[in-house]
Amino acid sequence: MFNRKFMEELFKPQELYSKKALRTVYERLAHASIMKLNQASMDKLYDLMTMAFKYQVLLCPRPKDVLLVTFNHLDTIKGFIRDSPTILQQVDETLRQLTEIYGGLSAGEFQLIRQTLLIFFQDLHIRVSMFLKDKVQNNNGRFVLPVSGPVPWGTEVPGLIRMFNNKGEEVKRIEFKHGGNYVPAPKEGSFELYGDRVLKLGTNMYSVNQPVETHVSGSSKNLASWTQESIAPNPLAKEELNFLARLMGGMEIKKPSGPEPGFRLNLFTTDEEEEQAALTRPEELSYEVINIQATQDQQRSEELARIMGEFEITEQPRLSTSKGDDLLAMMDEL
Amino acid sequence: MFRWERSIPLRGSAAALCNNLSVLQLPARNLTYFGVVHGPSAQLLSAAPEGVPLAQRQLHAKEGAGVSPPLITQVHWCVLPFRVLLVLTSHRGIQMYESNGYTMVYWHALDSGDASPVQAVFARGIAASGHFICVGTWSGRVLVFDIPAKGPNIVLSEELAGHQMPITDIATEPAQGQDCVADMVTADDSGLLCVWRSGPEFTLLTRIPGFGVPCPSVQLWQGIIAAGYGNGQVHLYEATTGNLHVQINAHARAICALDLASEVGKLLSAGNSFAVTGYDLAEIRRFSSV
Repeated sequence: MFNRKFMEELFKPQELYSKKALRTVYERLAHASIMKLNQASMDKLYDLMTMAFKYQVLLCPRPKDVLLVTFNHLDTIKGFIRDSPTILQQVDETLRQLTEIYGGLSAGEFQLIRQTLLIFFQDLHIRVSMFLKDKVQNNNGRFVLPVSGPVPWGTEVPGLIRMFNNKGEEVKRIEFKHGGNYVPAPKEGSFELYGDRVLKLGTNMYSVNQPVETHVSGSSKNLASWTQESIAPNPLAKEELNFLARLMGGMEIKKPSGPEPGFRLNLFTTDEEEEQAALTRPEELSYEVINIQATQDQQRSEELARIMGEFEITEQPRLSTSKGDDLLAMMDEL
Repeated sequence: MFRWERSIPLRGSAAALCNNLSVLQLPARNLTYFGVVHGPSAQLLSAAPEGVPLAQRQLHAKEGAGVSPPLITQVHWCVLPFRVLLVLTSHRGIQMYESNGYTMVYWHALDSGDASPVQAVFARGIAASGHFICVGTWSGRVLVFDIPAKGPNIVLSEELAGHQMPITDIATEPAQGQDCVADMVTADDSGLLCVWRSGPEFTLLTRIPGFGVPCPSVQLWQGIIAAGYGNGQVHLYEATTGNLHVQINAHARAICALDLASEVGKLLSAGNSFAVTGYDLAEIRRFSSV
């Protein structure tokens, strides 16, 4: 996942992914490993990832802290792969690129990034049992926002009015009750390659082992047709699919050595529960995954065919020789 | 100081943008219009007194080149001497409608000529000043449109240079007489405020530098500038001199909106900390005068 080609594609300036596109990339990433997931567990994993990420973006004290969250993710990954110098180097390279590209952005640019990311998550209120248990999420799926704790770095504790004369000298101070219970920020998180990030968002939520459930029933009632993405084919969707094809072409797949074919991940308590969940998932929350078929690019189509050959699919892939229209037609059928 | 009225349900949620609520009061027709952005669409709601919702509709940003539908940055009703126009800004350009949102009277596509591929191109920041509508852009330029008393013959009359960073918000107030000349203030992502006098040509009167955080929201009342910043502070400046008179540690997160009840001089600030705080500007001004 951290190979240079894939990262290069990710770092290109681009618009926010559509929900379909992100789900497709996520599914390919999950299946590009030795891990196998059936549809129900895949949906659940994706829901969990989405809500956890929404939580992290929403609760960032400063918009720039989104970068610290990313550093936390990568620091944790580095802990997992400590013994693999090649991948370690790739992750370090990714960290370096992140710093280079995002380290110099202004607060206003980070605010735009945060606002744009939040558009992706708007109206998603899937309940996650761990969040419910820890009281960071309410029963209606909304996150609990703290009114206490440290203020962001660069912000002062609310409750003070200062008045100045024409010479700029402070002449009066008034304190007022703010309603929250805030304290000053202890220190700023580090944006260096190595350092104390200070922020806890983005660190391992499972530091104490606990089961995680996601609940989709109940939240579907609030999904009015008003907020659903248009599923009419967008003539420019072709561009997005081609981009996805390039992105997936950049993924290197390593065949697992040895007889072990991999492991199947079931996010439910039993296999029966997993099947049941697949059957009862509300219609509007089912994800439409785009099957990328071969494009005209010979090299790409070979790589894509190889990627798709790595895992089981229930139907035979149809090879298409015509251009984008077939891609769109296939999207319609999903 | 403030009274909580009946809540009005919207059909969809509001996007996490700054200044994301526009209200138009039409007392003669006993109606209030509300406008809220929700991603690629703007929701318009009309309500009767007591907050009874009447009609809701959606507007979309005009399509252009690109993969996904363009995102709307702001929706705002502009009250001009002879008409009211609804203005929508997006990542493609500026759309103007008659006040009920049914007839589009003008479309201005943004020129992304100078922008590097990594730069977001958008319009943001809308205010009416006399018979002009001023709209900010990603480059820091403020576009001034001359609006006729009726009809679609809208003309871009001027481009104001004063900012280098994307405009966040624009505030105006009617000129207070010959002495009080400042009647518009523009704010940007760097926190810089520019104070202007409107006219057939707009004149830059003074600049109030930022201090490293954006100024997402700004208001103007009787020569006082109220500016909300990304560090949770609200500052009050004297518009003509640019002198800082009051600094309030108002919120634990960035300020996302300011609203002013101009007849009574009361100000509200809203922050990302999900608190709303109210201020009496007249009282503060009395307190702070030396």
